[in-house]
Amino acid sequence: MTWFRDNTDKVMDLLLSHVWLSAVPIVLGFVIAVPIGWYANRHPRLRGFLLSVAGVLYTVPSLAFFLILPTIIGTGILAPTNVVVALTVYAVAIMVRSAADAFESVPPPVLDAATATGFAPAGRAFTVELPLAGPVLLAGLRVVAVSTVSLVSVGALIGVSNLGSLFTEGYRTDNTPEILIGVIGIVLLALAYDVLLVLAGRVLMPWSSTRATPRSGLRRLVGGGHA
Amino acid sequence: MSVVTGTIDWLSDGAHWSGEDGVPNRLLEHLGYTALTITIAAAVAMPLGLWIGHTGRLRGLAVVTAGALRALPTLGVLTYASLFTGIGIRAAIFALVLLAVPPLLAGAYSGLEAVDRQTIDAARAVGMTEWQILTKVEVPLALPLIIGGFRSATLQVVATATVAAYIPGPGGLGRYLIDGLAISDYPQVVAGSVVVIVLALVLDGLFVLLQRLALRHRPALVPTSV
Repeated sequence: MTWFRDNTDKVMDLLLSHVWLSAVPIVLGFVIAVPIGWYANRHPRLRGFLLSVAGVLYTVPSLAFFLILPTIIGTGILAPTNVVVALTVYAVAIMVRSAADAFESVPPPVLDAATATGFAPAGRAFTVELPLAGPVLLAGLRVVAVSTVSLVSVGALIGVSNLGSLFTEGYRTDNTPEILIGVIGIVLLALAYDVLLVLAGRVLMPWSSTRATPRSGLRRLVGGGHA
Repeated sequence: MSVVTGTIDWLSDGAHWSGEDGVPNRLLEHLGYTALTITIAAAVAMPLGLWIGHTGRLRGLAVVTAGALRALPTLGVLTYASLFTGIGIRAAIFALVLLAVPPLLAGAYSGLEAVDRQTIDAARAVGMTEWQILTKVEVPLALPLIIGGFRSATLQVVATATVAAYIPGPGGLGRYLIDGLAISDYPQVVAGSVVVIVLALVLDGLFVLLQRLALRHRPALVPTSV
């Protein structure tokens, strides 16, 4: 651990970029996917199509995705933007399915009751559907957070600085403690996001347990996936 | 010359389709690593997952372990392991096996869990042994989810095997990406990426077909003759 003592500043800088590179896709992914999932749930015919598109996007291997994006969106081949855009696409792909499941889990009688008591469609979506879909949305977001934090490290291969840079540098310089610090840092960061999300869930949804329904959790564990 | 035309030229150049560094050979290497990884991971995860699913024991531990393994960055495991094993594919296979175990495990135990308790009780009541219940009732009924675990694991391994090319030992399609980057040969990088993406999509499609087939040939949920 002497290596860590001598290089604390560097590790902290890399941690900070890692936080940025992962936080932006997690937040963007959530904001983009929730309306799509809501829409997909209301239009059963589109639902299958939207979920298949999400599945296909999630199947694209990450390193290949980082490297092919510049030819699609015109960024520099080694730009951090590629990592952020690719990870946002993955986050949306995972989250759309979660969001569709989440809104599906809201019991229809509750929606009818809301309409009967005078909620306008928009008001009903925000004040009735969204909170009731909350627990399943949160479960999806936790999966997104862990996978995003882990995937950011692949960005080090295209020269985007983050905790994954400790792997490439540690490998080149034959420095096992450096690699170990990187692994520990990434696992701790994933854990920190998870704790933060669970706490946010407790504060925003004090009425519910933050555990996912077993059914949707199960589907998420088995369906799709890669690194 | 733009990268797009460069990529098309690269892909249509016959020289890139033969020999050790040709697409067919790299593709076979890639599939070989994937098959080897899934075989080793399945040998570990399947008996364990089926046992957990059948007995319901150690389930909490399995969920936590699978979750923790999921947070492990594969590039970190790969570089760390390779400093001990030296150049070669052993570190790559080790890192990939760690990646493949959680989805296989989850597919097996959650598949068995999803089987209706009444069906299992009925099987026990008509005198099936535990082994018969597992092999003739639980596994056939859980097959779509078990295949789902294999699908997930295979796609993760195919994707991450490209990252494994960061270590000089392994071949596979990742060579085009990593080696192309090192010499700034972007047409090669993009062409390699396209081949990997197509491979992933084709494999995913095959697994979708397999899952549908398993679903169709699943025994009736209400057993008419057991």
